[in-house]
Amino acid sequence: MKRKSLRKRKILDFLSRAFSFCAVLVAVAAMAGILWTVALHGWHALSLDFLLHRSAPFGSPGGIGNAILGTIAITLGASLVAIPLALLAGIYLSEYGHGRLALCLRFAANVLMGVPSVLVGLFIYTVVVVPAGHFSGMAGSLALAILMFPMILRTTEEILRMVPSSLREAALALGMSRQRAILGIVCRSAAPGLLTGILMAVARVSGETAPLLFTALFADSWLSGYFTQPTPSLPVLITEYTTNSPFPAMHAAGWGASLAVMALVLAINLSTRIFLRRKVR
Amino acid sequence: MPMKIQTRHLNFFYGSHQALFDNNLDIEERKITAVIGPSGCGKSTHLRTYNRIFQLYREQRAEGEILLDGKNLLSPGTDLLELRRKVGMIFQKPTPFPMSVFDNVAYPLRLHFHLKEQEIRERVEKALQGASLWDEVKDKLQASGLALSGGQQQRLCIARAIAAEPEVLLMDEPTSAIDPVATLRIEELMNSLRDAYTIVIVTHNMQQAARISDNTAFFYKGRIVEVGPTKEIFTNPKVKQTEDYITGRFS
Repeated sequence: MKRKSLRKRKILDFLSRAFSFCAVLVAVAAMAGILWTVALHGWHALSLDFLLHRSAPFGSPGGIGNAILGTIAITLGASLVAIPLALLAGIYLSEYGHGRLALCLRFAANVLMGVPSVLVGLFIYTVVVVPAGHFSGMAGSLALAILMFPMILRTTEEILRMVPSSLREAALALGMSRQRAILGIVCRSAAPGLLTGILMAVARVSGETAPLLFTALFADSWLSGYFTQPTPSLPVLITEYTTNSPFPAMHAAGWGASLAVMALVLAINLSTRIFLRRKVR
Repeated sequence: MPMKIQTRHLNFFYGSHQALFDNNLDIEERKITAVIGPSGCGKSTHLRTYNRIFQLYREQRAEGEILLDGKNLLSPGTDLLELRRKVGMIFQKPTPFPMSVFDNVAYPLRLHFHLKEQEIRERVEKALQGASLWDEVKDKLQASGLALSGGQQQRLCIARAIAAEPEVLLMDEPTSAIDPVATLRIEELMNSLRDAYTIVIVTHNMQQAARISDNTAFFYKGRIVEVGPTKEIFTNPKVKQTEDYITGRFS
């Protein structure tokens, strides 16, 4: 038998390791670059007044406080609608789903995931905003919820599928009902993964602009009616200030708002993780 | 000899594939029955009908009768949750739940009974002592069950299985995923449990079957070839296939 060259195998091993390391480096560099740029341009716009005051038309001093609150309200509303529905649907697909119904549901979720977010905004505009006669934060939440639903659904299904069936059997063998075994044991052991899926979806939609343009719109006022009034949000504020304004002062405020968005997403992410880690222990 | 479980004309199917053929087997009460045979002979499949755990999978199906205390547990009227309280199961790989050692053992207690916290604590301790794990975990009851070693995890699962005081314990190759020292501890543990429970153990390890069981059933290709007192099966088998298997001529 002719031996294969050891040296070749070692070189190949080294190369593949080097390439994957470089790939990580590129990804990290891109992220660091974005963070750095946003921080560099945004930090001097930030001040307590900037964060606490409502936005104002150009010329008068203003902040982004109303947009922060609006973003929180819209994202929270979307989460309240989408997370329970998507978790339940994901559980259905992974634990009970077989046959044609499951196939259709999975296909529908995939299609929904590929729909451009502008279209989702237009859809809500047509079926909610126009009949109601007004833009509202709730309409914005509904648009974001439609975007979140398939994302959480698919990650939930994938993650529950990774839980070994021996754990399900062990739970059932103790005399647990199916429902209790799934919620109490299977979902519990998958909790960190489920949470990651949810957080990614929340972070993803909290930066969405397009679906909010036709639904929540914007306002310089404080949030006065989530169900009936146009509601300000950070992404729309950033778009307006940086693309629709000739004034450098508004560009700076836009950078400041961008920094605030990133800090908000980071804060949600970290706090939930810390909370969960404490709970698992 | 009182019989705890009597299997009559059991056939088992995975979809259209038949895995068990006309199994007839009596399990003696408060004795250890070993089920041996080569891989794929249907011994695990047979065991998994006793608590109907196979029903988790839609394509699996059992026909025939399995009498537990004279009542057919395969009949549609059987309450599965009650059946599984009476018939506990230990699996090949340890399956601790993602929670503390204490909560693992308390889970079936809280599931099936109304108990005061004090009583739960007592019963958890009793179950852990029964599984000879108490001395090792009494100072870390709040630590995660997943943090224990493999052998400890398996004894934790035994403690969890006996906490709700079942009558039958099914063990599906309980020592095949753990080291020899831990295996020995589990065998000692089974010895201490034999007076209180009816135990059915599926094992690949023939020395283990010979060491711990009172009765042995030999399975081959989905059929029960020979059943009898362990001593006789191992010293004076009546069927040639049994003899070939236990003398290691095939496996």
